[in-house]
Amino acid sequence: MSLLLEVCQVSKVFGGLKALDRISLKVEEGEIFGLIGPNGAGKTTLFNLISGTLPISAGSVVFKKREISRLPDYQICQLGIARTYQNIRLFGRMTVLENVLVGQHCRTQAGLWSTFLRLPAERAENARAQRVAEEWLDFFHLSTKRGEKASSLAYGEERRLEIARALATEPTLLLLDEPSAGMNPQEVRELNELITKIRNRGKTIFLIEHNMRVIMDICDRIAVLDFGQKIAQGTPAEVRADPRVIEAYLGREE
Amino acid sequence: MIDAYTSQVLTFIGINSILALSLYVTALAGQLSVGHAAFMGIGAYTSALLMTKLGWPFFVSAPCGALMGGLFGFFIGLPTLRLKDLYLAIATLAFNIIWVVIVMNVEVFGGALGIFNVPKVTNNGIVYVSLGIFLYFFYRLQDSRLGRAFRSIQEDEAAARAMGVNTVYYKVYAFTLGALMAAYAGALYAHFATFISPHDFEVDRSIEILLFVVLGGSQTYIGPVFGAAVLTLAPEVLRFLAEYRLLVYGLMFVVIMLLRHEGIIEEHTFAWRRWSKALRREGRESAP
Repeated sequence: MSLLLEVCQVSKVFGGLKALDRISLKVEEGEIFGLIGPNGAGKTTLFNLISGTLPISAGSVVFKKREISRLPDYQICQLGIARTYQNIRLFGRMTVLENVLVGQHCRTQAGLWSTFLRLPAERAENARAQRVAEEWLDFFHLSTKRGEKASSLAYGEERRLEIARALATEPTLLLLDEPSAGMNPQEVRELNELITKIRNRGKTIFLIEHNMRVIMDICDRIAVLDFGQKIAQGTPAEVRADPRVIEAYLGREE
Repeated sequence: MIDAYTSQVLTFIGINSILALSLYVTALAGQLSVGHAAFMGIGAYTSALLMTKLGWPFFVSAPCGALMGGLFGFFIGLPTLRLKDLYLAIATLAFNIIWVVIVMNVEVFGGALGIFNVPKVTNNGIVYVSLGIFLYFFYRLQDSRLGRAFRSIQEDEAAARAMGVNTVYYKVYAFTLGALMAAYAGALYAHFATFISPHDFEVDRSIEILLFVVLGGSQTYIGPVFGAAVLTLAPEVLRFLAEYRLLVYGLMFVVIMLLRHEGIIEEHTFAWRRWSKALRREGRESAP
């Protein structure tokens, strides 16, 4: 396995608050890497820094041997990092299929004239984008909903659609921010299967989770954040036994 | 054959439809402009001046007017598109006011009196062929990469960026396109009215264009055109009411907005199959 993402001494300061303090971690190609920690530990902030949503205060992020911490978010997406959000952010008034097609935007080129004149290149490109989008809709069992407005979907479907949209950008690394939030145990099991299947298709997955089922069942390695600092890292079994982790979650015995 | 009066009303419907579409494309990328009359004026003045002062033919001067509008749109768009929603609306409104003041005080533009004797070139053929081309463009835009990029920005700008859409680029793009179209409509207007003055392009005209889009409905490209047609026709149809005309015109706005928040034309207004399906479903459910 080779190194895909390296977060190196990354810090983020909001006003006077240090949200992240010199975080370093490495994600290997093809693994499922989990990030856990109590609420407010800085997990989503770290995702926002990696994906370029927020500017980084100090440190660097290296993806595929390339420094990306100063790039705008849409370029980071083009390089192969796609994300989902903790509170789902779909394009509500666009259809399910259109949502996924937006994901194909950065893999296509058609501009004004080729659109207007319906040039063969545009038609071929559009057909290809449709194929990719349909394939992911199929994968997530959303094909029958393709013509519906995204805002009309049920909660679990919205979650799946958001992942489908991210995958349509053809990423190497997929950042999932609490994919199991609000799901029942049955849905969590299905989600675990889906995430494993995505990994088997050659994607690397970096996810934030609270749900221990997801962490213990599918993550190869995990890191733990608490108050903006990394307090542990290792396999799920190792981390579970780490006294500092137990302390962060449950408090110290007096 | 149609008489001169009907023909003139038709011309205004056509020009106003193009204006409505010019704001629709801006709105498509989630931007509200209350300064489109200024772009219209830029097109009108550019084309009128090129023709009266330099003797350029219409088929060169009108596209030049459009390009000039696009150029202004681009340079106004670059700094102001950092603003959101109402702040952007106010910035565009301010631009409109400033533009009128500048034109009034510059001699080449004819000051407050404007420009007389602009050659009359615009006819219904030119107007409706232009409108047809624009409508075809919007038809193509519906299911295209460009159209989806615009709409994704309207829906959720941050999510669009995270999905690889360069939102600044597409926002400036939509704004420039809108300005270009408005300027073209302005050129058509100048060569129809044969007389233009700064008062033709004041903020109230911008608001009128906004009304076309809001009343007609901004979910589809048919809505703004429909809005432009209705609002251009209404004052003519209501002429028999004499002094009560504006009262009824205003009441009409209120009633339409109360009944249809999203405008007269909504997304499914023309989806006949959906309608009949819904009716059949209803029939089944009410059956014993």
